[in-house]
Amino acid sequence: MGVMDSKVPSGPLAEKWTKHKNEIDLVNPANKRNIDVIVVGTGLAGGSAAATLAELGYNVKTFCYQDSPRRAHSIAAQGGINAAKNYQGDGDSVYRLFYDTVKGGDYRSREANVYRLAEVSTNIIDQCVAQGVPFAREYGGLLDNRSFGGVLVSRTFYAKGQTGQQLLLGAYSAMNRQIQRGKIKSYTRHEMLDLVLVDGKARGIIARDLVSGEIERHSAHAVVLATGGYGNLFFLSTYCMGANVMAAWKAHKRGAFFANPCFTQIHPTCIPVSGDHQSKLTLMSESLRNDGRIWVPKRLEDAEAIREGRLKPTQLSEEERDYYLERRYPAFGNLVPRDVASRAAKERCDAGFGVNKTGEAVYLDFDSAIMRYGREKALTSGMKDPDDATVRKMGEEVVEAKYGNLFQMYEKIVDQNPYKTPMMIYPAVHYTMGGLWVDYNLMTTVPGCYAAGEANFSDHGANRLGASALMQGLADGYFVLPYTIGDYLSDDIRTGPISIESAEFDAAEKNVRDRIQKLMSANGANSVDYYHKKLGKIMWNKCGMARNARELKEAIKEIAELRKDFWDNVKIPGSADAKNQELEKAGRVADFMELGELFAMDALHRNESCGGHFREEYQTKEGEALRDDENFKYVAAWEYKGDPSKAELHKEDLEYENIKVKTRSYK
Amino acid sequence: MKIYLKIWRQKDADTRGAMVDYTLDGVEADMSFLEMLDVLNEKLVSKGEEPVEFDHDCREGICGTCSLMINGRPHGPESLITVCQLHMRSFNDGDTIVIEPWRAKAFPVIKDLIVDRTSFDRIQQAGGYISVNTSGNPVDANAIPIEKEMADKSFNAAACIGCGACVAACKNASAMLFTSAKVSQFALLPQGRVEAAERVQNMVRQMDLEGFGNCTNTGACEIECPKGISLENIARMNREYLSATVKG
Ligand SMILES: Cc1cc2nc3c(=O)[nH]c(=O)nc-3n(C[C@H](O)[C@H](O)[C@H](O)COP(=O)(O)OP(=O)(O)OC[C@H]3O[C@@H](n4cnc5c(N)ncnc54)[C@H](O)[C@@H]3O)c2cc1C
Ligand code: SF4
Ligand code: FES
Repeated sequence: MGVMDSKVPSGPLAEKWTKHKNEIDLVNPANKRNIDVIVVGTGLAGGSAAATLAELGYNVKTFCYQDSPRRAHSIAAQGGINAAKNYQGDGDSVYRLFYDTVKGGDYRSREANVYRLAEVSTNIIDQCVAQGVPFAREYGGLLDNRSFGGVLVSRTFYAKGQTGQQLLLGAYSAMNRQIQRGKIKSYTRHEMLDLVLVDGKARGIIARDLVSGEIERHSAHAVVLATGGYGNLFFLSTYCMGANVMAAWKAHKRGAFFANPCFTQIHPTCIPVSGDHQSKLTLMSESLRNDGRIWVPKRLEDAEAIREGRLKPTQLSEEERDYYLERRYPAFGNLVPRDVASRAAKERCDAGFGVNKTGEAVYLDFDSAIMRYGREKALTSGMKDPDDATVRKMGEEVVEAKYGNLFQMYEKIVDQNPYKTPMMIYPAVHYTMGGLWVDYNLMTTVPGCYAAGEANFSDHGANRLGASALMQGLADGYFVLPYTIGDYLSDDIRTGPISIESAEFDAAEKNVRDRIQKLMSANGANSVDYYHKKLGKIMWNKCGMARNARELKEAIKEIAELRKDFWDNVKIPGSADAKNQELEKAGRVADFMELGELFAMDALHRNESCGGHFREEYQTKEGEALRDDENFKYVAAWEYKGDPSKAELHKEDLEYENIKVKTRSYK
Repeated sequence: MKIYLKIWRQKDADTRGAMVDYTLDGVEADMSFLEMLDVLNEKLVSKGEEPVEFDHDCREGICGTCSLMINGRPHGPESLITVCQLHMRSFNDGDTIVIEPWRAKAFPVIKDLIVDRTSFDRIQQAGGYISVNTSGNPVDANAIPIEKEMADKSFNAAACIGCGACVAACKNASAMLFTSAKVSQFALLPQGRVEAAERVQNMVRQMDLEGFGNCTNTGACEIECPKGISLENIARMNREYLSATVKG
């Protein structure tokens, strides 16, 4: 089962997508009315796909586990969305966005997909503005831009620190229009628990109504999974509490290959861990690195004094600070890509220069930005010799206008004023570049099962540059999937409705019920969170920011043992026929336990360092990641064989016809 | 810290609920309010009792899912934040904290502290959008310049997270602040003007159908709104509504 054919169209890179669109089969509008599509997930990818599919004429059913589609985790994205508009006239182009993205991904993404992404990026902005998304504007009324890590142009569109929210509300409003027209039926507080295959094709799902506990069958001609990323596997992460791998993992067990599971992004600017009770980590948008400077003390004794509270960071002079990113990477400075910035922070903290109690934090300092902006503001307001206090006040106002809500968020959590004392930050798990393997049409290895947004693997390689996940989610949903799915569905115009009364639906439902039964009857002593935290610790310590063969082998063993213990000793109170949050969590954690093992296997087999995957055995003398293009320039796609430990590896070789694969340098 | 909790427990929509007392020891100032509840739940589960169910997801103040009435105030004692951003340092050792769900006819209780807010979705579906096709929009984004001040105002209205605190805070359980924020976002943009009259009429009609109460300008909504959505929006919606009905 499952042949990996990437279906990348032939011809010159810049013409592939247009050519492909011209050649794929279409479904006649009258026939679309006879075709049903299920979209699981209503984030940017699922919401935009559902709205567009419905608008094209398909009957769409959407599912999400939250109480409203508008609350999908895309809502939390802060920084912005990229597009090659070149509104700033700083030399941006489709090719440059494409190039930056492939390079940023450490040459482990699929060239044709990334080019298409860059190509449609400009349409996304047009679309969102037409929908009323209130992007930031300049005084002339035109759209404003800023820049993000890993690039030297300003191509990021934003809406204060709430870009994800505004984009998601745009997609949600497009959905609402179709719900009103009767073309989308939205199932909220519903969780997909299995994928149903009929004659080898995806033809429906089994879902649980999270309020009544009822198990439901839903059929369709195709199923789109837009269920987000799986970083919650680490327990502590920047993801929302409900983020899970369930839908993707169930598809994997039904034949969809899982690609590059170990490619996980660790984001450099998060609020550090404060204690054992902590449930999640909060991101401080990377856009802060446009103005914030990152440093630790130069001298070990100063770092120690700071940790013990004897010294304040503001007491150290410029010369006593080590702006290590500016020192190591003069060309990009504080704006190096996330993997580089994260590793550099870990390196300094491991060497003893960390600045919080646990020694796992570095400073993100706005002092120079405040003074710089203040002086500029004073000059433009006609002041000749303003004193420092006035300059500072004016500067603080400028910084507040740019990042105010992020500063407020930081203060609420840490109880320190970031205008007066530098923020403390540390890397945290943030995004998963791996996911279901898809071809150029976004179809998985299960015919009729598609994956979009963070749930698929194709566009980001081993590391994702900032502001590109929102771009990919919306590109997939608005502009790619609605066309490519027609190619498959054109064979289904005579199929008629898919019955839910079939042996396949019976079997899938039984499978789901048995598993719930098994979870409820394990009458042990430990809560679900107990297991989730244990799994998270193994993952962070042994499969986290740095990995080595010995620890990965240990992790594989420990996860398998933990999984066994979970099924014997977990305790879930309440009943399966009612609202039961412990049961919901248990189902998700059970899948994380299986994925965790595959994750570690993937990291172990990849004997190189690239992007978010840093193997200690493979690094340069300067401590930079050492790629092995000769042996690992491929996508690792795993086929399920009854147990994660038996998964079979398939390889999709990555061809770069248009880009010269080089060592990634940001010096 | 030692904290005394009085929490609303209700099995489902059809069962009567009641306040139940819990005592929690070892609460730390750095914990968020929801982490404090996590700790309580962990204890309950280990005793084989059902944990207290409450809605939450992002835990960073943006998804609008969390919804707790704390000592009679939506999202608790601090202003301009959601309950997931509230920390235990806002309380003292020995405090008694009363936790209830949002109370409003249009928000029926599902279980414990969880309510059904799908009425908000239906208000949006009645017209909270711009009728533009999603497939291939031809107009370049910068072909629609928007005055910065208007764009910022629209953004401020669009910042509503749909949490429902405004309804919970209102003695009439009115949804005016929420609905007016949605109406305003589009009314302030050139793209949204064309169907503005129809939009405001449809959304207000749906709001009334859902069983939300009337607005008597008490202003509690604005005080309790975590996103600082301003009463100005209600005034704007009233103007829009009036002129739409006059035009008829
Ligand atoms: C704090 C934060 C900040 C970020 N900032 C940026 C940024 O500035 N720029 C950028 O480009 N990217 C950013 N990202 C990344 C980006 O937000 C995400 O990658 C992207 O939004 C994912 O979108 P999605 O549509 O794929 O999935 P999501 O938005 O995660 O949606 C998943 C959907 O699937 C549903 N679902 C999941 N499992 C099931 C199931 N079993 N059954 C039913 N429904 C299910 C959920 O209910 C939800 O509707 C950020 C991420 C985080 C966490
Ligand atoms: S107006 Fe404020 S209180 Fe009301 S739903 Fe929106 S954010 Fe919540
Ligand atoms: S949990 Fe998202 S706003 Fe509180």
